[in-house]
Amino acid sequence: MAFLEIDDVHKSYGQTEVLKGVSLDVERHEVVCLIGASGSGKSTLLRCVNALEEISSGAIRIEGDTVSGTGVDLNVLRRDVGIVFQSYNLFPHMSVLENITLAPTRIDGLPKAEARERAMGLLESVGMAEKADAYPDMLSGGQQQRVAIVRALAMQPRVMLLDEITAALDPELVGDVLEIVRELARGGLTMLLATHEMGFAKEVASQVCFLDQGSICERGTARDIFENPREERTQQFLSRVVQSGRL
Amino acid sequence: MTDTGLVSDELQPAPTPSQPKPVTGVALGGLLLSLVGIALMVLTGVDLRDYNHGGPVSTIVAAVLVLASLYPLWPTALAFAAGRERSALLGDDELVAARRASARGREEGQIAMGYAAAAIIVAVLLLVALSEHDGNSVANTFFTSSAWRKSFPEMLPAFWTNVWVAVVAQVFVLVFGLLLAIMRMLPGRAGAPLRAIALIYCDVFRAIPAIVVIFLIVFGVPLAFPGTANWPGTWLGIVALTMTYSAYVAEVYRAGLASIHPSQSAAARSLGLSYTQTLRTVLVPQAVRRVIPPLLNDFISLQKDTALLSAAGIGEVLLVAKLWEANLFNLSPVLLAAAFFIVITIPQARFVDRLIDRDAAKRKGQ
Repeated sequence: MAFLEIDDVHKSYGQTEVLKGVSLDVERHEVVCLIGASGSGKSTLLRCVNALEEISSGAIRIEGDTVSGTGVDLNVLRRDVGIVFQSYNLFPHMSVLENITLAPTRIDGLPKAEARERAMGLLESVGMAEKADAYPDMLSGGQQQRVAIVRALAMQPRVMLLDEITAALDPELVGDVLEIVRELARGGLTMLLATHEMGFAKEVASQVCFLDQGSICERGTARDIFENPREERTQQFLSRVVQSGRL
Repeated sequence: MTDTGLVSDELQPAPTPSQPKPVTGVALGGLLLSLVGIALMVLTGVDLRDYNHGGPVSTIVAAVLVLASLYPLWPTALAFAAGRERSALLGDDELVAARRASARGREEGQIAMGYAAAAIIVAVLLLVALSEHDGNSVANTFFTSSAWRKSFPEMLPAFWTNVWVAVVAQVFVLVFGLLLAIMRMLPGRAGAPLRAIALIYCDVFRAIPAIVVIFLIVFGVPLAFPGTANWPGTWLGIVALTMTYSAYVAEVYRAGLASIHPSQSAAARSLGLSYTQTLRTVLVPQAVRRVIPPLLNDFISLQKDTALLSAAGIGEVLLVAKLWEANLFNLSPVLLAAAFFIVITIPQARFVDRLIDRDAAKRKGQ
């Protein structure tokens, strides 16, 4: 039994089927990268795992416990599964520290001082401690994204979902954010990430899945996918990525 | 170079140099309006001196007005000069310099027109205000200072009633309006009946004129509920205004909540916050900041509508003003009431502007 099981998940918006039966097993401490064109279903899959989208059929299980469908306590699921978005989505009316301590104090009932201590420790490790009292609008995209990662980590999730977290960043800011993800991978955090950073995927992924039109077209180790893609659609996708100078 | 079909001399031809625009027309327009303004202002000045029987203050004011109306002649002269310069430069084939002279001249001409138009508007308003028919004029109907002096000591405490009613009603409206807005956004089938009630409430109370609600509540409630017969009318007035304005403010809140990007809610929910927690800590605080300007709009309306309570016999400023008006056969006390409303409204608008600027500055770290 895998740690995170995605079992034949379908998702439709009205007539449009966005996920057409995706199955994927993620073991503990594994880093799985989802690659594929825009609209291939990467983001939707991540949002389904976090129950931000309701799935149409299939099942999602964490340690054998089904966490999809009606009757599941989503607030418990989401304590286990953190997500970081492409557009950071920090709360603009709260300082960095307030952004991070909101969930731990409100949901886990952590005393303010303790939440603050935890937040400061995490901020320290991503080099953002001196920005604790700043507001999101005062930070660069890279800094905001680092705070967003810390905000998710503060809930001490067992799985992190990263949804193209560097796609909105200026090129020179991408490195800092990826370095944190690398650090998390080294620490053994289970991660499922959608990304356009092929070089990075190659480096950190224990498993790479190529999604095409709502289903997993090909999966394997980073070396398999990037150096010996078997499927024609994978080859086409990768050659377009190479043409655009991204690999 | 290869032919790509995207670039060619036909697709991107060389531009023809732009010619300087004519100046004379604008300059003449400026001159014409200036002369009209001066003529009207001279008439105004004469009327003003007559009205005040040639007193020194009116003579000085008249002189200042006429002198001010002369000002547009100066940019008019500059415009004509620039026009001549333009022709000379064009004769010398100095195209760029001619264009600059033309632009300068046209701008001066437009400045002359703008100031002259303002002088005309002021002169016409003053002429209407000073015009006399059988000894009556706008000026002594509305601006009789003796009537102001007599009524002021009673008007000021009456206006306090308006302020008090407005502030109390605004506090109630803030709370009740938010409750209605949240009710209108309750999710799922369970929320449907409450959504419907909130929707009907907003539709109905935005449709009924405020004065009708005031009549129904102030006169009707003591009849329908005998226990309330001793309640002061002002409290019932506050209830009526709260009922009306909550409907408007609920719409404002709802628009504010709807304007928060769904990603904010997704971020909050993904952290494990419940629907209510998300609403309270993430959505409402952001929505309230966004709706402050439209909220102020509704609050200013509410303040003004406190004058409607006079129709229900509540002793506020308009009621007292009307008593004085009937007593003195002069509308100046009513104008005084208007002045009270202006005096309290304008500082509020500026105060809210400052609040918004300060909040924005805090978030940007300035």
